[in-house]
Amino acid sequence: MSSSNHPVVKGLVVPGKPHPLLAPEKSPAWASLRQGFESLRQEIESCDADLLLLYSTQWISVIGHQIQADPEPEWVLVDQEWHQLGTMPYRFRMDADFAEAYRQSAAQRGLHARTVAYRGFPIDTGTVVALQCLNPDNRLPACVVSCNMYADRAETLVLGKAAADALQACGKKAIAVAVTSFSNRYHMEPIDPAEDRISSLKDDEWNRKYLDILSQGRLEDVSQLAREFSRQANGDQKMKAIWWLAALMGQHNRYEGKLVDYQPIWGTGAALVSLTPAVKAAGTLEYDEDDTEFYHGDRHVLASSGSSAAATLRSAESTETVATEAAPPTQPNPAGGQTVRTEAAPKPVGAYPHARKVGDLLFLSGVGPRQAGTDAIPGGPVRDEEGRPLDYDVAAQTRAVIDNVRTILEAAGSSLDKVLDVTVFLIDMDRDFETFNQVYREAFQDVGATRTTLAIRALPTPIAVEFKVLASAG
Amino acid sequence: MTGQGKIVAGALAPHPPHLVYAENPPQNEAKAECGWEELRWGYERLRNSLAEREFDVLIVHSPHWKTVIGHHLLGVPSFEGLSVDPVFPNLFRFHYDLKVDVELSEAIHDEGRAEGLTMNMMKNPDFRVDYGTITSCHLTHPQWDVPIVSISANQGFFYYSNDVGQEQMLALGRATKKAVEATGRKAVLLASCSLSHRHFTEEPVIPEDMSQEYVQHHGQYLWDMRVLDLIRRGQTRQLWDELPDFIEQAISECKDGSLSWLLSALDFPDYPGQVHAYGTVIGTGNAVVEWNPAQRLKEKQA
Repeated sequence: MSSSNHPVVKGLVVPGKPHPLLAPEKSPAWASLRQGFESLRQEIESCDADLLLLYSTQWISVIGHQIQADPEPEWVLVDQEWHQLGTMPYRFRMDADFAEAYRQSAAQRGLHARTVAYRGFPIDTGTVVALQCLNPDNRLPACVVSCNMYADRAETLVLGKAAADALQACGKKAIAVAVTSFSNRYHMEPIDPAEDRISSLKDDEWNRKYLDILSQGRLEDVSQLAREFSRQANGDQKMKAIWWLAALMGQHNRYEGKLVDYQPIWGTGAALVSLTPAVKAAGTLEYDEDDTEFYHGDRHVLASSGSSAAATLRSAESTETVATEAAPPTQPNPAGGQTVRTEAAPKPVGAYPHARKVGDLLFLSGVGPRQAGTDAIPGGPVRDEEGRPLDYDVAAQTRAVIDNVRTILEAAGSSLDKVLDVTVFLIDMDRDFETFNQVYREAFQDVGATRTTLAIRALPTPIAVEFKVLASAG
Repeated sequence: MTGQGKIVAGALAPHPPHLVYAENPPQNEAKAECGWEELRWGYERLRNSLAEREFDVLIVHSPHWKTVIGHHLLGVPSFEGLSVDPVFPNLFRFHYDLKVDVELSEAIHDEGRAEGLTMNMMKNPDFRVDYGTITSCHLTHPQWDVPIVSISANQGFFYYSNDVGQEQMLALGRATKKAVEATGRKAVLLASCSLSHRHFTEEPVIPEDMSQEYVQHHGQYLWDMRVLDLIRRGQTRQLWDELPDFIEQAISECKDGSLSWLLSALDFPDYPGQVHAYGTVIGTGNAVVEWNPAQRLKEKQA
């Protein structure tokens, strides 16, 4: 996706401690941060965005991720630690429809997520500080997602990508806000606020190094450096907020970065950063941590059987939204329709989904015989690792192709009998056509799909046959 | 009021909101069919036992009032409001109305300072009392007819080292005991924490579905049993020595210092603690345990 049509028009990193909001007059550092917030507020006003999308490290969750869905939460907040600084009454405007869309997109990527909308729900200090400083008049509606205490990098990346899915599905543009400190080591004793400083020289050095990279617009680089930063500088919640932000904004370095301010708050590293999508990257990616599209982690610790029957007995009056069942492996596509990915089919060998559903039609990417999970080729490969030809069983390969086609169709809610058109690619027409044709007939003779068979010099993996399928969506 | 105060009981009083939810008190908006009976009935046995003693304050050390700059105490005479658990809002939305023993809070504050600790009185009347304090106090004494003292759980020292955190709690326990004695209170002390503390991260469709409730990991269970065995034998000095390892290996909520504070305030009971119940809540290990200091006196007299 190009920068111009990405649904996030700006990314911000802001601190969530209440000092700049409640007591800027006590410390030059806190006053400076408050001014920085004001600068970012003005940047927000000049953006064409539909909502503010926040991830706050101070909203800790245990049961997956929670998304605030009360349209007008209103309460009086006093921070547990900084109660002497004063009271924070708040009333916000939340985008409840988007919260539900986010929940759904998270579930479609394998995450456990739920929306919360309860009177008096304790919105965290980080969220309150960020919204009151950046959006004091509630000009933009907001959506806030929690920071799961057990979530690792993979889960947090997928959470960020799910946010992008939801924005695309809703056709909305957002400003993404990561509410987090950098180094998070406090002074443990009372201090004179006027003399606040980063609590450790080492932390200060790491903050400056990390912020220097970020201010170059290298968001993906700082995301991949997050583990090391956290180890060295006691990063706030392992810098999960940066993982989320980078995944949401597209996992690259093509941003214009601006370090608005960097100051201490009671010894911790507090910085205000803005990231605006740019045409050129500051540099190529420096790191190569694994990426993931779908969350496969151990969240299914509860037995799946039994609960559903019990749930049926439960009164239907429950008002909360809980994502507990596996969702269909489809997700919105920015260019229209929905993409389909399934773990039951072999992993694509490039940047494409297994299928894409547009209107009543389902377009499958080329399907070969490789087996899901192992990549083994039934009937054997057509060449060895050095390119020498091998004998192979095209009948076995063809059956495996048809099985994979069936799997993808069913994952998308369709089936083999709904196939409309097939294009077949064979690497050796003379050798294989007759055998392939016999196997094909067994599966498709009653389907009535049109078909074209082509000879092709080679396929990307050492296989002899591949299908390109168009089907009715169901 | 001066002198002759005493701690009449100490209890490990865990705070999973599930237990209040399953009790269906009128103060809680969420309603349950049943659930976690073993622990709830354990609390009932604790209540029955405490009913035989006279006490005039509950002092709770609460892991869900998290602070970093020292140890904080409620310093406002009364609080009224709605407590919503940020993690389990579907279970716990509790309307509370409680009194605070500010004089005792200030006495603990002062004794803590004398011990060299950083102490802080919370005097903002808009403060929302944490759900851990409310849960442990409600389950121990649902009448809410005695005032409470709530002490925050300092995260800072345990973050850097369990041993350093232990030393802080040793001093805070001593300070609490001295303050109780100096103010003439008859106090029940509550350590509001679970034992092993690794949760499941999914919730059953029906939260009180007990077919889905078991310990998250056998290693946690083994550690929990080790801790309870030491408690039942009255070997709390040994328990103190092993707590840093327990905290680390069982991801124990004792990391927040509540049990350490309690053992110190009780002057390390060498008499058996009475385990009223052990059970799990969303995979975490929880026990309701009572120490009766009068038992030490009886044993000495015998």
